[in-house]
Amino acid sequence: MSTIDVTNPLQEAEREWEERTLEPALKKSPELKKTFSTVSLTPIERLYTPNSVPGFEYETELGFPGEPPYTRGIHATGYRGKLWTMRQFAGFGSAFDTNQRFKYLLEHGQTGLSVAFDLPTLMGYDSDHPFSEGEVGKCGVAISSLADMEVLFDGIPLEQVTTSMTINAPASMILAMFLATAERQGADWKKVGGTLQNDILKEYIAQKEWIYPPRPSMRLITDTIEFCTREVPRFNPISISGYHIREAGSTALQELAFTLRDGIEYVQYAINAGMDVDDFVPRLSFFFNAHNDFFEEIAKYRAARRIWHRVMTERFGAKNPRSWMLRFHTQTAGVSLTAQQPLNNIVRVAIQALAGVLGGTQSLHTDAYDEALALPSDEAALIALRTQQIIAHESGVTNTVDPLGGSYFLEKLTRDMEDGTFEYFRKIDDFGGMVEAIEAGFPQREMQDASYEFQKAVECGDKIIVGVNDYVMQEETMELPLLQINESVAMLQEERLQKLRSERNNELVARTLKKLADGASSKENTMPLLLECVRAYATLGEMCDALRPVFGEYQEPAF
Amino acid sequence: MSVGRRNGFQKEIETMAPDERIRVLLAKPGLDGHDRGVKVIARALRDAGMEVIYTGLRQTPEQVVAAAVQEDVDAIGLSILSGAHMTLFPRVVELAREEGLDDVIIFGGGIIPDEDIPRLKEQGVTEVFTPGARMEDIIQFIKKNARHDVAAQQ
Repeated sequence: MSTIDVTNPLQEAEREWEERTLEPALKKSPELKKTFSTVSLTPIERLYTPNSVPGFEYETELGFPGEPPYTRGIHATGYRGKLWTMRQFAGFGSAFDTNQRFKYLLEHGQTGLSVAFDLPTLMGYDSDHPFSEGEVGKCGVAISSLADMEVLFDGIPLEQVTTSMTINAPASMILAMFLATAERQGADWKKVGGTLQNDILKEYIAQKEWIYPPRPSMRLITDTIEFCTREVPRFNPISISGYHIREAGSTALQELAFTLRDGIEYVQYAINAGMDVDDFVPRLSFFFNAHNDFFEEIAKYRAARRIWHRVMTERFGAKNPRSWMLRFHTQTAGVSLTAQQPLNNIVRVAIQALAGVLGGTQSLHTDAYDEALALPSDEAALIALRTQQIIAHESGVTNTVDPLGGSYFLEKLTRDMEDGTFEYFRKIDDFGGMVEAIEAGFPQREMQDASYEFQKAVECGDKIIVGVNDYVMQEETMELPLLQINESVAMLQEERLQKLRSERNNELVARTLKKLADGASSKENTMPLLLECVRAYATLGEMCDALRPVFGEYQEPAF
Repeated sequence: MSVGRRNGFQKEIETMAPDERIRVLLAKPGLDGHDRGVKVIARALRDAGMEVIYTGLRQTPEQVVAAAVQEDVDAIGLSILSGAHMTLFPRVVELAREEGLDDVIIFGGGIIPDEDIPRLKEQGVTEVFTPGARMEDIIQFIKKNARHDVAAQQ
């Protein structure tokens, strides 16, 4: 409280409390630290009261659930009508291996699928490319052609199970494979639901898996948005992701601000391409991190909804209430998990998941406790899913809508998140937009500074990580059954690709690839062209290569 | 990204002449783009007075070793979080030895399972730092092991 309004009796009462009760208490037992702060190093006050949120107006700041500004959630009944989707991200080894894991998760009550691809696939290389050596099937599943995608979803009806795919630089090629697989299953595209990550801006900012420079990449994304809006109306063509921004070392505020500003950029590019805001924005979705700092995270999600409503109405003049509602997926923070005393991670994940739920997430992935060591084992993956089920069915937090709404502390944090985000919007707008800010290295530098500051706070003991810089056990004897990926996956993929290339109609492949490159040089939507390539069994690498001469390749500038 | 390019925000350490400083090449072989760790380490080593050359992402072992030769470094630090370390770390060691970089220490970091560490050390990787390693320990390790004459005095 910087100024005291003597006419406000509550401020006067708080001041009197400070003299009467607080000061003697501090004299008797001083506080443990001089300053208290969040995991983002944001200072936190001792106490929050109505004085912390002056001028607070329930109807404009919170409103009722399912109504603007959606601070309390986008559904009138919260989780009383429908729980969040429990969507565990999985993928490793070959398409055969991951298909088995998918079936295992579906049998144990998981309600949606989420595909993790291996690094060569994420970078647009086939499994037999020299750059793929040592990487095939390691971080996710190897998908080099429609033949692999067919195996991945074998026995899984795509009309019934929604599927999320974490792929960015070659997202439109993978989407084409997915849609062709649905086609072969006899599924109606109009009924196929799911989400494509397809968020290239955060790749330049954080995850660094790119192929082409920002501008042609934005064109590919605009093509997928336009195509899905028309042909696959239940599919979310983009999931605008703060997750990776946070994992790469940002603060909670930076995660929120950069992600929403990325969202603004996609909307603007689609409008520039001639689309109407209310036709496609209802199918945009977001993806946030859930880190350890419980209240800061909940404030972040609540602020996200309030900000998006403001952006949609004020900046874009959207008329459709579905455009105003920010829907999001949450994943617990992989970066917060420790290799030391790994079972402690189960507790971290539970706290983070609870924050996501109290923030009103639409779907949730809980990390497995062994993820600082390897990809999850079956047992670790199951405990992660069970964590969500315990929150949903035992904790009682789903009984009422936005249970923390009205907390002075939380509402102050939510306000600060909103103000800080609009401040970042102004800075990024001054660059000319997010593409320009990225080209200038602005978000990248902000995050590097934040992650270095945090690491220093850990090393000097300001921030304690249990089992890492305090409560350390010298002899750790814990033996975990880690998932091993051996090199036989790479050999299998090489054989499958060799067979594919010898059995398919190579003339047809060459023809479709040529059409793709020609179309990319014009203004034609690339999606139908990619579908033709995919149906002819052109490989991922071949499609990506066909566009390289047209689009160029991205080289990261030095920051 | 060009190999061997110096980073723009490199600090001049006034107390040491440039030629006395330990030179470290930090590299990310393989396809993963997780560069938070390597960038934090780069800053920490610079703040500790070392000269750091960061290769940027996705360098082949050949490019890493070529940069090490060109930059005449005392140490090579490799960061991998994708699981490809058993293929790529030994390849860098092998190529470095072929180039006669016998007294250049090669160390690594990332998501590396415990059972892989002895096998990497057998193949010539001097040390492996896993998640939770302290910046200070990495600095001390380099100061103690780098070939540079001044290293012993620091």
